[in-house]
Amino acid sequence: MNQSPEFPHSHEEPWLPYSGRGHRDPRAGQPAVQVEHLSVRYRKAGSDALHAVSLEVAIGQRVALVGPNGAGKSTLLKALAGLVKPQSGHMALFGNPVGACHHRTAYLPQRTDLDWQSPLTVSDLVMTGRYVHLGWLSWPGQADRVRVRRVLERMGIADLAERQISDLSGGQQQRTLLARALVQEASLFLLDEPLNAVDEATRDVVDELLTQHTQCGGSVLVATHDLGRLMESFDSAVYLCEGQVESILPFGRDPLASLAPRPASSGASK
Amino acid sequence: MNWLLEPFQYSFMRQALLASLLVGTTCSLLGVYVVLRRMAFLGDAVAHTTLPGLVIAYLNHWNLFVGAIVAAVITALGIGWLSRGQRLREDTAIGVSFSGMFALGIVMISRVQSYRDFSHMLFGNVLGVTTADLVGIGIVSFLVCAVLLLVNKELMLTTVDPLHGESIGLSAERMRYLLLILLALTVVTGIQAVGVVLTTALIVTPAATASLITRRLDRMLLLAVVFSACSSVAGLYASYYLSISSGGAIVLACTVLFGVAYLATRIHWRQLPAQYDAT
Repeated sequence: MNQSPEFPHSHEEPWLPYSGRGHRDPRAGQPAVQVEHLSVRYRKAGSDALHAVSLEVAIGQRVALVGPNGAGKSTLLKALAGLVKPQSGHMALFGNPVGACHHRTAYLPQRTDLDWQSPLTVSDLVMTGRYVHLGWLSWPGQADRVRVRRVLERMGIADLAERQISDLSGGQQQRTLLARALVQEASLFLLDEPLNAVDEATRDVVDELLTQHTQCGGSVLVATHDLGRLMESFDSAVYLCEGQVESILPFGRDPLASLAPRPASSGASK
Repeated sequence: MNWLLEPFQYSFMRQALLASLLVGTTCSLLGVYVVLRRMAFLGDAVAHTTLPGLVIAYLNHWNLFVGAIVAAVITALGIGWLSRGQRLREDTAIGVSFSGMFALGIVMISRVQSYRDFSHMLFGNVLGVTTADLVGIGIVSFLVCAVLLLVNKELMLTTVDPLHGESIGLSAERMRYLLLILLALTVVTGIQAVGVVLTTALIVTPAATASLITRRLDRMLLLAVVFSACSSVAGLYASYYLSISSGGAIVLACTVLFGVAYLATRIHWRQLPAQYDAT
């Protein structure tokens, strides 16, 4: 329990990576996420899901994406995870194009995007977080199993390791997905509604985890409906409405100058 | 004891046994993925669409096996292409191409005016498997099983969580095409044993039976193979002693096993309503 996260870590490139674009190093001085005038339109849709969106997540920052349903929060995260192709605009992660460093980014999908009836155990599903480091024709080894076990302990679900994923409650599913994001050992987390329908205990675990993550130089972009904790848990909030950025609310600090380490207990200093 | 060994004095029975075990293993292993991804109907469709390929190959004296593989792969990729990006729902794409290709096969057969020659394509005849057929089945089975083994973890990932796959650069679309090609190859081996119409049973039924009994992937794969092997052997004995169609007998044996497993799990559930833990 309570080991500090292992990054920045030495990363070994997989023998046969899934994407041919390779694993590039971050470019110095670049923010974790940079989005400029991004527009996304789904086929058959009448209007843009995202329209000229610009935002930035500096290294070590926690940024919340808020807004009503259909505002484009999920679309923005999907675009950054390489799941949706934008029509126009520019995106960069650590100064590189999306997809150039898959192992540096962990995307947490909405719970409903998974087929929970699949015959996997919790540790099987969490192990899929290691696949980005394995690639084709490599199988998880002892080191990967140790990482999975440690992450399950950190999330407080070590006792569920051999449970079938079809038998999990909503909160347990969410913890499992977070465990998988953690085991990827990525430095940028893109989390889509990680707090949706979870209990208070899970919220505390997630909060603690994201704090630790940013303390170690990680960055977080979270789509959330949980407005109650916004100011205490995030450095800034981006309010999206109908695919456009309505406002960006920095909570106390200049979001662009946050390379300094985060204070241990993050009270809202507004 | 003699009646157990008697059928296998004949070389055609030994070849039939070997062929149906090979086919059964391949079909049931792939079938587990097909069932988990809810693609059962697709297997049926691909099987039916091999008919024009078989007919063309037959009329031109080409290798039937190759004709079927070409037709099956073309249809599998065609269905994948038609339903890409949800332009057309997959079941719609399947419905259109499957009946269209099967109709093409029927029309071509009726031009030849000899349904008789084609009955073994429709219903299979594992007792008539030649050594050359057996070699073909063996090669395809080996290929399919090897690929399944090598990409097992990627197939499973894109089944449970395709978005995560995409986010780490693993294209769910390509994995689906790969599965479709494997399905096409597998279906063609199944046609030799039980024919165009019944192949889907070899793919779906043992996997479905296994999925009733366990929720662990490794056990599911193992059980599916065991069920299909038992069905093959039982079907061949039934076919030999009762003089009934071998393909029909094998598929019926699969179905009986499914029925037994279904009833057994129903009873098991009723006894243990709250603590059901199938591991």
